[in-house]
Order: sequence, then structure tokens, then C-alpha cells
Amino acid sequence: MSDHSSHHEESFLRKYIFSIDHKIIGIQYGITSLFFLLFGFSLMLVMRWQLAYPDTPVPLVGGLIKWLAELNGFASNGNLPPDLYNVFGAMHGTIMIFLGVVPIVVGAFGNYLVPLQIGAPDMAFPKLNMASYWTYFVGGVVMVVSFFIPGGAANSGWTSYPPLSEITTATHGQTFWLIGMIFLITSSLLGSMNIIVTIVQLRVEGLTWMRLPFFIWTQLITSFLLVLAFPPLEAAGILQLMDRVAGTSFFLPSGLVVGGEVLANSGGGSPLLWQHLFWFLAHPEVYVLILPGMGVIGEIIANNTRKPLWGYKSLVYGITFLGFMSFIVWAHHMFLTGMGQAMSVFFQTTTMIISIPSVIVLTCFLISLWGGSIRFNTPMLFALSWLPMFGIGGLTGLPLGLAPPDIHLHDTYYVISHFHYIVAPGTIFAIFAGIYYWFPKVTGKMLNERLGKTHFWFSLIFMNGIFFPMLIQGLAGVSRRLADGGITYAHAQGVIHYNSFMSASAWWLAVAQIPFIVNIIWTLIKKKDNPVDPNPWKATTIEWTDTTSPPLGHGNFEKEPVVYRGPYEYSVPNEKEDYIPQTKK
Amino acid sequence: MDIKIPFNEELRPDTGLYNAKLGVWLFLASEVMLFGALFSAYVLLRVAAPIWDNSILNIPMATINTVVLITSSVTMIMSWVSLKMKNLEKYKLYMGLTILCSVVFLIIKYFEYSSKFEHGYYPSTNTFLAIYFTMTGLHMLHVLGGIVVNFYLWIPGVKMWETEPERFTNRIEIAGLYWHFVDLVWIFLFPALYLL
Repeated sequence: MSDHSSHHEESFLRKYIFSIDHKIIGIQYGITSLFFLLFGFSLMLVMRWQLAYPDTPVPLVGGLIKWLAELNGFASNGNLPPDLYNVFGAMHGTIMIFLGVVPIVVGAFGNYLVPLQIGAPDMAFPKLNMASYWTYFVGGVVMVVSFFIPGGAANSGWTSYPPLSEITTATHGQTFWLIGMIFLITSSLLGSMNIIVTIVQLRVEGLTWMRLPFFIWTQLITSFLLVLAFPPLEAAGILQLMDRVAGTSFFLPSGLVVGGEVLANSGGGSPLLWQHLFWFLAHPEVYVLILPGMGVIGEIIANNTRKPLWGYKSLVYGITFLGFMSFIVWAHHMFLTGMGQAMSVFFQTTTMIISIPSVIVLTCFLISLWGGSIRFNTPMLFALSWLPMFGIGGLTGLPLGLAPPDIHLHDTYYVISHFHYIVAPGTIFAIFAGIYYWFPKVTGKMLNERLGKTHFWFSLIFMNGIFFPMLIQGLAGVSRRLADGGITYAHAQGVIHYNSFMSASAWWLAVAQIPFIVNIIWTLIKKKDNPVDPNPWKATTIEWTDTTSPPLGHGNFEKEPVVYRGPYEYSVPNEKEDYIPQTKK
Repeated sequence: MDIKIPFNEELRPDTGLYNAKLGVWLFLASEVMLFGALFSAYVLLRVAAPIWDNSILNIPMATINTVVLITSSVTMIMSWVSLKMKNLEKYKLYMGLTILCSVVFLIIKYFEYSSKFEHGYYPSTNTFLAIYFTMTGLHMLHVLGGIVVNFYLWIPGVKMWETEPERFTNRIEIAGLYWHFVDLVWIFLFPALYLL
């Protein structure tokens, strides 16, 4: 407390646990969210067994499943019982989105890179930043703990639609979910406000808006979406919590019959109200998931084509427009609710409009490749494969944005395939690309290229092995809500044999992550005397050009940088080098 | 820690803001969305409700509370202005009055709530009472939060005035912006729940 000396060593606790250095917090976010991504993925690996081989004991982890099922009060002989399948399904979605992808793209990438790319010594509010991580951590703990209570974790889908999510008051999984979500929302709010203030206020001299790296723009728009869209979900969460705990009927209609008896609640509520509030968050949330990924891909494409990003201004205006539009498309998730033709027409029109900026982004990235002398390193391979994968995800979304085809497709695997093409080989590939690209900045060590490329090729193949057959199953009409994979479902009979192939792809995808994990651990341990180049990719942006070799001290820059030019001045004619740093006069 | 975050107290020339001021405005924007969602829920539930019996609410008490909260907003501004005029004693007086008003608000609210409970009116009774208790309850939490912050700035936090008067004055401004927002929410709640 009394020690104000500027040279004193910070305690271990202050430096690594309750750190206020954005780089440490970024790494904390990164490690925690990677753990949750793996956890959420593992739930799906077990579910894929149940889908392919219904009601047979799960190999390898059967004992664990039996133990968990019995702990929760479900009968199991090592198989995944339907109740637990529902838990796994709901928690897979929740964990992947709120504990995995959002924290890694905003918490880890945003935290680590935003101050570095704009030349700031730290985030605008370092202590708030620490609070953001620890609130996230508590939310994660609440979610994990809920797996082990009687009745298990939440089991009404990650969307938690009432009345289903509210008639289960005998068990407390859903209540845990709501409390966990309130922590996670608070964490996201703290983090995103911090990022906006940092970008607006702490840009170094000369770094005007149109000189910001595209990644910073995506973080800015993403943060605005989080600040404005998350609170309505918080409100909805509070209302649902009141319904479950205080016995109110915000989302319960009058005369609801459950198990043959009329529910004793006062009634008068509206299940649709939840859906409106939920999707008012969750549609902008979709763009929260993909925008930072676009930012990462943009940086990597410009760097590895050694060309300026084509259409920088179109990209910036495009994603700003996209951010705005994302607030008025939410009810396209609700065409099936019978909310009326006028509403459907409005929301399908806005949905068609919002596809335009996404096409602008994809087109700009594609044209950026034109005539470039491309370096096919691991980050670039992930970035290049992101383009067609995001393309498939986007194009398969168009039929879902129109009410008539959506009514046919909505409850089928087609929808699962569509949004997984956006977030799995879309965002997750962008995350991988970003990890390979910025790893040398964080640790001072290059990841092994051979292992990286192995990781890439097998991930690409098996991702498609999972999600492409889902499109076919979905078009055939297979419901996405069946715990047995459709074995007794008439529509499924022609295409159900894909299930074992898709499941095998999922397990092989898990195996394909081993080179990635080995790569990170091996690089960190073995490559001690790797020559440390502060700018191994010959990049132009400040985080590469104006910092010393990692690890960077708290404060980032020895001398405050001044920016003189745009972010992507690659291959400028008559220059000696093929890149000009932003800070070069 | 030995690093200095730029524009913590001085204004950034091109935005005309110090960091926390932008921060609190963003926070208030998110709060608008939070209460906005609840007001939307209110509208939707009310439109669908066959009866909406808000005659059981105590309008005189709520009117007094409205006056009390508006007064506290005025004293909050006065406390900030006092610091701008370098008058710490006046600041302490007005901040004390602000806290007093907020406590009075909570006491009146306590009597309102307990009379409802005595008559068997609970959130589970009907949708109107559900939204009434939820919205006023959430508002009360915000009042409580304001009291905690203001109390900190009144007694333990005031020593910052000695070392960084500029930054301390900014803190009062930030707390004030939040407090006016809490006041404003009540000004919307009062007619929406009691009068209409």
C-alpha cells in the first residue's frame, strides 16, 4: 500500500492473478476461453455418439457419463440418457457462445491487441478490465457447477424458451443458468465499454479513424453491439428469474396445462415476449461472434498478400451499417411463431438488406487476393479457408431469412449446419488464424509450421465432414431436436446413415486438435532460444513495429509512437522494403 | 503501478472528453437499453392484460418520493458546483443532503412495499404487480448503488481532494450523471406505474 516506488516488483498475485495489465488479462481470457471451447466441444463429442449409435454405452467415457447421469438423477448404463442429452445440448450452445467464442474474440484478442494496435499503454480502465475477467470467471464457475446439481444443468436449449424453461422449477439448473448469464453479461458490458473508451480516447497522435487497422474497427462495432444488445437479455433474464423464483408469470400464459394440470400461476404473461427480448440480444450477438473474426482475417490477408486491403473504406462503412442493421432483424428467428405477415415481411426485408454488408466484406477480401504474391503460411491458410466457409454459412442463411422456406427448414439440421458454418469453420478458424499469427507477439516464439498445417488441413476436412451432410439431412426434413438422431423419425430414414459418418468426423476433428495443443506446449517449452524477431511477419501495424521483443512490460511502449500513414502500406512502388510501418515518417 | 493512462483527467482535444465521462455515458446507454427492455415488456403485458388494477398503489407517497428524488438531483449538482468553486465544506453539506434524500426515498418505498405485502399483494398476484415489483425493485437497487457510491465520495473518498482535486471533481460529475439517470428512470416509472 505505502510503497509508491516505481521500480518495486509486483507481487505474484498482482502480476498474474489479479493483474491489471491488459496483456495478462488477455492471456487469462485466452486460456480460460480455450478451456471452455474444449469443454463445450467435448459435450458435443458425447452427443454425436448418442446420435449415431442411440442408447448404446458411450465408449471411453461411458463410466463418467453414468456417474454424471446418476448424480443428476437419470438412469444410465453408460449411454447418454435423453434428459442428459438435453442438458448437453443446452450447455454446448451456452458454453461455446458465452464462455468460449465471445470471451476469446473480445476478451482475449480485443484486450491484448486493441491497446497495442492503437499505441496505448493499457486499456482506459485497467481495474474495470480485471473486474471484467473475474466476473466472467465467476459466471463460468456457476455454469460448470450446475452440471453437478440434482436434475443437472439447464436443459431447455441455449435459447431458454419459456414455458419449457419455466415449468422445470423442481430442479435448479435453469436458475443457475440465469444467474451465470447475469455474471457473463455484466462481464461483457464492462469489457466492451472499456474497449470503446480505449479506442475513442487512447489512439496515439496521428492515428485518425481512417488509419485504424480494420481489426480495431471490428472491435469497436462489436463492443457497441455488446453494450446495447446485452442489457435487454439481462432484463429478460431478470424477468425469467422472477418467474422461477418469485412465482410471477411474465412469460407464462393463462391456463397453461402441464402434465394434465392447469398451472397455479396467475398467468397473463407472454412466451413470445421472451423470444423478442432474447433475439434482440442474440441477433446482434451473431455479429459479435463473426465481426472480430473478420477483423483478424483482414489483418492476416493484407499481411500475407503483401498488398493493401482492397476497399478499406467500404469495409469500414459496411460493418458500421451491418452493426446498425443487426438491431432490426431479430424476429427472423421467429417466423415459426405465427407473429403475423406484416412482421414477417418487415423482418425478412431487413434480413435481405443485412446480407449486403457481409457480401461487401467477403468481396473485398476476395479482391484483396487478386494479383498478390501470397505467402501460404498457417495463419493465411486458415484465413483463406475462412472465405469459402463463411461464404457457405452466409449463402445457406439466405433461405432462412425468407419466411416461406424458413418454415420448412427452421426446425431441421439445416439451421444447425448454417450457423455452425459461420461460427465453427468461420469464427473458430479466424481464432486459430489469429492465434498462429499473434503467437510470436505474445510469447516471442513462432509456432511450428508443419504441425500448424497438419492442424489446418485435417480441421478443414473434418469440419466439412460434420456440417455438410447436415445440410442434406436438413433439406430432407430431419428435426434437429431428436435425442436419438431420428431413428424412429419417418423423414430421417433416407439420410440417417450419414450420422455415423458425421460423428466419426467430429471425433477425428477432436484428434486433429492434438497437433495444435502439442504445438503450443512444445513451442513454449522447447523453443527456448528461438531468435526473437519483434516483427516476424514484416507487418505494418504498431503492435509489430514499435514494441520490443516480448514479453512486453506493463505500459507496452518505451516511447509513445506517432502515426503517419494508413495501416496497410504494403508493396509501395520505389520503396526498398515491401512494407512501410504506420509510424514511419 | 507506474504507468499513466492518458486523458484520465485532462480532456482529449479531439473528443473534448476525459475517459470516465465517455465510460459513464456508455454505461448509461446500456442502462437505457436495460430499462427500455423492461418498459417494452410493460407495454406488451399491459396491452394483453384484461384488467390492470393500479388503484392499489399509493399515489401521495409516490409523489413525495418524486419530489425527494428531484431534490436529491439538485443537491447532487450543487455538490459538484461547490467543488468547482473550491468549496469543500459546501460540497460535504450538499453531498450529505443528497444521501439523506436517497435514504428518505428508500424509507418511503419500504412503507409502500410493506403495506402491499400486508394486504397480500405479491409479485405472483398478477402481471401488474409482477412488473411493478420488478421495475421498482430494480430501480431501488440502483438507488442503493448510488448511495454506496455517494457515501464513498462523501467520507472515505474525499481525501483525494487533497492530492488530485481535478480528478475528484470529475468523480463527482460521473456519480452525478449516474444519479440523474436513476432520478430520470423514476420520473418515467412514476407515471407509467402509478398514474396511467
